[in-house]
Amino acid sequence: MKNSVKSVIIVGVGGQGTLLASRVLGSAMLSQGVDVKVSEVHGMSQRGGSVVTYVRYGVTPEDKVYSPVIEPGEADVVLSFEALEAARFLPYLKEGGAVVVNTQQMDPMPVVTGVAKYPENILGKIAEKGVRMIRLDALKLAEQAGSVKAVNVVLIGAMARRLQLPREVWEETVRKTVPPKFIDLNLRAFALGYEAFTEE
Amino acid sequence: MKELLLGNEAVARGLYEAGVKVVSSYPGTPSTEITEAAAKYEEIYCEWAPNEKVAMEVAAGASMGGARSFCGMKHVGLNVAADPLFTMSYIGVNGGLVIGVADDPGLHSSQNEQDSRNYAIGAKVPMLEPSDSAECRDYAVMAYDLAEKFDTPVILRLTTRVAHSRSIVEERPREERELLPYEKNPAKNVMLPAFAKPKHVKVEERLVALRNWSETSGINKIEDNGSKIGVIAAGAVYEYAKEVLGDTVSYLKLGMVHPLPDALIRELAEKTEEIYVIEELDPVIENHCKAMGISVHGKDVFPLCDEFSQSVIARCMGKELPASLSVEEQIPVRPPVMCCGCPHRGVFYVLKKNKVYVSGDIGCYTLGASAPLGAMDTCICMGASVSALHGYNKARGAEAEKKSVAVIGDSTFIHSGITGLIDIAYNRSNSVVVILDNSITGMTGHQQNPTTGYTIKGDPTAAVDLEALCKAVGIGRVRVCDPYDLKAFDAALKEELQADGPSVIISRRPCALLKYVKHKPSLKVDPQKCIGCKACLGIGCPAISVRDGKAVIDHTQCVGCGVCTGLCPKGAISSGEGEE
Ligand SMILES: Cc1ncc(C[n+]2csc(CCOP(=O)(O)OP(=O)(O)O)c2C)c(N)n1
Ligand code: SF4
Ligand code: SF4
Repeated sequence: MKNSVKSVIIVGVGGQGTLLASRVLGSAMLSQGVDVKVSEVHGMSQRGGSVVTYVRYGVTPEDKVYSPVIEPGEADVVLSFEALEAARFLPYLKEGGAVVVNTQQMDPMPVVTGVAKYPENILGKIAEKGVRMIRLDALKLAEQAGSVKAVNVVLIGAMARRLQLPREVWEETVRKTVPPKFIDLNLRAFALGYEAFTEE
Repeated sequence: MKELLLGNEAVARGLYEAGVKVVSSYPGTPSTEITEAAAKYEEIYCEWAPNEKVAMEVAAGASMGGARSFCGMKHVGLNVAADPLFTMSYIGVNGGLVIGVADDPGLHSSQNEQDSRNYAIGAKVPMLEPSDSAECRDYAVMAYDLAEKFDTPVILRLTTRVAHSRSIVEERPREERELLPYEKNPAKNVMLPAFAKPKHVKVEERLVALRNWSETSGINKIEDNGSKIGVIAAGAVYEYAKEVLGDTVSYLKLGMVHPLPDALIRELAEKTEEIYVIEELDPVIENHCKAMGISVHGKDVFPLCDEFSQSVIARCMGKELPASLSVEEQIPVRPPVMCCGCPHRGVFYVLKKNKVYVSGDIGCYTLGASAPLGAMDTCICMGASVSALHGYNKARGAEAEKKSVAVIGDSTFIHSGITGLIDIAYNRSNSVVVILDNSITGMTGHQQNPTTGYTIKGDPTAAVDLEALCKAVGIGRVRVCDPYDLKAFDAALKEELQADGPSVIISRRPCALLKYVKHKPSLKVDPQKCIGCKACLGIGCPAISVRDGKAVIDHTQCVGCGVCTGLCPKGAISSGEGEE
């Protein structure tokens, strides 16, 4: 029997809260009784560098996940917290995979200091490649939910819509993962992301 | 219960289940979370030691005292702790002693890519290497049985991908253990030459016995898939190999990477026609096979440098790689930067302006080496900033002393900077040392340290008085400066560079990410006043950028530290409420 494994790569800028997204996805899959591996980034790049987290899980309980990392051409979903990072990690997308992306732009230091340029209309360039794309302004939605810090949960909502689990499973996992006093805020953020789903 | 644990958390779980009583570690990516997770178990005494040598000695003492003990560190930490390791190998253990070491192939967060397996060989102690979180827990427990059975410290080696990946662990209960009795036994515990000589013989005999164990215990396993090709691998690399090659080859999966199981290696060689040793970093297993007279592929096929992955293995073994897309645009790199409001930023701005030689060290402040600050000349290892500055000044003389400083974080200063400062005081160089006291060990994710006044569990405790300490070792000129006040810092630096005798400037301001630090509202750039000169960009704050010829401050990032205001020749940066 063929071993069937799904791969989601979560990318962004250190400090944006990508680890929460991978934890929610990992726990949601664990609750479904399938094999899961999550590879996280700690250390240096968490200080505003380009960060990447990998989540891989079995489609059925019989499937086994070996490698915890995702390589170019292997990701079913690229979830990007920032536009430029979506372009950087586009090569990781599998043929037929989807990019879920926050339209927010954050200048990396070489752009700030003027030695490099932030490419224009970078999301348009990705779309031109014919990939399936879901864009959302997660910062705006997070502000709407009540805090700019909830950007990560808005994006979890948008990603959740792409993956096959029922909405209740996600909401339950968010509830379990975030600090108790922020549950309502985060559930609002999740709902805004979940409902913002528009595929191009 | 099934939990999705980090490899590091799973090691901590193993410590808990094995009945470990004492843990002493020094933080270092990718090993830090072992000790952080262990500290959550009430049954385990946990501490952050000032450095790895102290940590290992604390664990050694606890073992002698009859408790199962542990110390954790990153690969370069083992260089610092190598001294006790090599002799604890002779002494052996009372309660089990396990040393957790996390290597960092690919240098995700390190200054070199050394392979700790060489230490197991050098110190003649067994080394286990798990490949996922379940094995992290299992091997941690097994390491204690091994330590006590063979009277030896055991090293548990992780790599970044195992330490920082989550996979499923079925948790088991703790087995509480009585302290073993302590009996005075100088022949075992006092390593005088006369006692150490017979111990060396025992260590060699122990290695033979350990090798036998590695053949028969089941920790090293042959997976015979009837193939003509055999693969030998351990750790994360075994998982990558399974991903690429599945059941099309036979395997010798190693859980114990020192000493190696000769008989199992021979058995695989008999069963197959061709063997590939797939190992990151040094050709340790490969050389061992070759020394046994078994011809294998190794570094002729796979790289010596950098981390492996499924695609590295696929490429090296001639397998097809999946197709992938990319955009044509140049994508600018996104290197790490100091946070908005970081207290280190102002110091480096001032150092750059004064064009001094900066003897650097390791911590968040190493980011002061990157553009646009670019104010660091060297960085070797923890503590070296201070001693290497002394050497630089001894070589270049009085003129150099007026144009050079060392920068070192609070945790790093305690770790091994203080000994260098004693050298400066004792052997008289007119050196200026800047201690960047941000009241935390920042780089590794905010651990308490002996200067902060709190223990790993958050309990209040004695704090090192840095001013008194520096004075006590013989530094006459010690002063404290606020790094947010660029003018005052600049004046202090100039004065100390000119002064006679060595001096210490303590740059004091807590890390901007600490919970108790209150931030001010975001600053604004007045577009009427801004002339687009970009002077403010020189501070390298990620909140400031230029859009349509004018500087703008991102209100979601700025914490109102005010360091950038002094850079603007037109006074265009302010709180917008007239308070600055
Ligand atoms: C021997 C050794 N142990 C541990 C580390 C990991 N490490 C790098 S920097 C650092 C401490 C940083 O703390 P501090 O000096 O207070 O500076 P900060 O990051 O807070 O600015 C540690 C533990 C290392 N590089 N070398
Ligand atoms: S974590 Fe603290 S010390 Fe490190 S860069 Fe950020 S503000 Fe500076
Ligand atoms: S923009 Fe200025 S005030 Fe705001 S964080 Fe950066 S340096 Fe500090």
